[in-house]
Amino acid sequence: MLELANIRKAFNQGRHNEYWALKGIDLAIPPARVSVLKGPSGSGKTTLLTILGCLARPTEGRVRLKGEDISGLPERFLTEIRRRSFGFIFQQFNLVRGLSAIDNIILPGYPTGTPRAQLLQRAEALLADMQLAHRRDAKVEWLSGGEQQRVAICRALINDPEILVADEPTANLDSRLSAEFLAILRRLAEAGRTVILTSHDPLVVESAVVDRVYSLRDGQLIDVRDVRRAAP
Amino acid sequence: MNRWIEKQRHLIDFTASSLARRKGKSLGLLVVYTLLVFVLASVSLYTHALRNEATRVLAGTPEIVLQRLIAGRHDLVPPGYVEKIGRMRGVQKIEGRLWGYYYDSVLKANYTFMVPADRNIAEGEITVGPALERSRGLAAGNGISFRAYSGELHTFIVTGVLAHESELVSADLVLMSEADFRRFFAYPEGHYTDIALWVANPQEVRNVGRKLIDALPDSRPILREEVLRTYASVFDWREGMMLALLSAAILAFGIFAWEKAAGLSAEEKREIGILKAIGWETGDVIAMKFWEGFLVSLLAFLLGYVAAYVHVFHFEFALFAPVLQGWAVLYPSFALTPRIDGVQVATLFVFTVLPYTAATLVPIWRAATTDPDTVMRS
Repeated sequence: MLELANIRKAFNQGRHNEYWALKGIDLAIPPARVSVLKGPSGSGKTTLLTILGCLARPTEGRVRLKGEDISGLPERFLTEIRRRSFGFIFQQFNLVRGLSAIDNIILPGYPTGTPRAQLLQRAEALLADMQLAHRRDAKVEWLSGGEQQRVAICRALINDPEILVADEPTANLDSRLSAEFLAILRRLAEAGRTVILTSHDPLVVESAVVDRVYSLRDGQLIDVRDVRRAAP
Repeated sequence: MNRWIEKQRHLIDFTASSLARRKGKSLGLLVVYTLLVFVLASVSLYTHALRNEATRVLAGTPEIVLQRLIAGRHDLVPPGYVEKIGRMRGVQKIEGRLWGYYYDSVLKANYTFMVPADRNIAEGEITVGPALERSRGLAAGNGISFRAYSGELHTFIVTGVLAHESELVSADLVLMSEADFRRFFAYPEGHYTDIALWVANPQEVRNVGRKLIDALPDSRPILREEVLRTYASVFDWREGMMLALLSAAILAFGIFAWEKAAGLSAEEKREIGILKAIGWETGDVIAMKFWEGFLVSLLAFLLGYVAAYVHVFHFEFALFAPVLQGWAVLYPSFALTPRIDGVQVATLFVFTVLPYTAATLVPIWRAATTDPDTVMRS
């Protein structure tokens, strides 16, 4: 599905404060599974996630999506791939304040030129699926943390992406909401979506929902562990 | 194509909601911007209408006015001059004119006394301009006395008031009979103030002017086109002076607009980061900001222009009239014919809408080209 070959990433390259966040990563993300990148702070997991999600380009190495090398594509094409194939859930949710839940959800659909009515229909279906239909027109700053995250999930799914990318998704949630979130991820993976997340939360890493765990330390992949998915 | 239009509609929707979310900033900018357009459009609409008015009024005046000069100064035309010109080829009509200025110490204002060629006024009677009607409270049938420069008091009966349509040039006129005029000013018999000449063929006007200089070397012909040009330059000069005074305000607006447009708040930067991360291209963000600048400036332009139109043509340019209309004790009061010039509107549009729209794009370019992964790290 998504393969990385000898990925290296440098920040401030050529300057006195040059720093290599990733030092040669090779990995393959399996389709329709939940994969977790785990590691302590500074291990390079967020940097790796941005490269996997086409938000950033590697300094060296190749990124292949369904066999196609996408690491050298210009920004425009990379954005197009990102929009079509990836949905993002951020640690701070990153919703646009002042807009309603539904307006936040349809935002990624704007550049595609999809008619508004169609976007709204999709967004309403997603809200209903997340039991949030009643909060459709509420401004996002009025929503609880759990509700905000579910709105963020809906936004990530509006363009019907194959891959869902989440950065520390449970960092701002309590145990109950974290468990609910993982249950949603399991449903999405079972529906055929590939889920990649970073976390150092044991609740996530040890969850039965997770299929594969990649352990990182100092910019290197030190372990890959397959865990059997729990029966639904 | 449909997708492109749909996308622009989405961007405009988002822009409108962004503006609504930042009410204070958007409204402040809109008010200041509208005011600026209002002032510029008022000055421009007014001077344009004034020039047109002057052209319209002067259209009926003679093509050439001949003045006699002594030592470079205007002198009376002596007897025999009208006859000398009489048979000049191309001249359709010729007429000796009598007019002069009178200072009214009551109002501390100057009037123009004149003997009309196109109407007969009986001795002892006068017709006055609309400004006199207002300032001296005159109406048909009233009597009024003027003290001549000789010290004698002359009394006249007002028999009519001139039409308001021509007030721009007739506000301070007093029309009287030739006999009264000569008696009042002790004007020598057979002399005239100047000579008016009508030339049928416009191509011939300059030739006639040259012939007049040859035939009467002590005289100077003044062509109507020169008068029109003088009027135009006087209004242009006043407009220019007013705009020069306004340039400080324009500059202040420029700085204000630049600061408002360029100073992206942390919230706006964060929003741009989010939009990029969720799949908006740099071009989409720039297009969205373009719409923001364009909508604000277009709305300000329309509001300012409509307000200026109402100000100039319905409220007689009340705010700036004394500056542009001229310096006189008797201000003409007149309603200008509403007239909008396409080039003028386009010029104002180009000088107000485009710079602001462009100013919004420059800082956005920098913000929009930041890497989308920065939002992950914020």
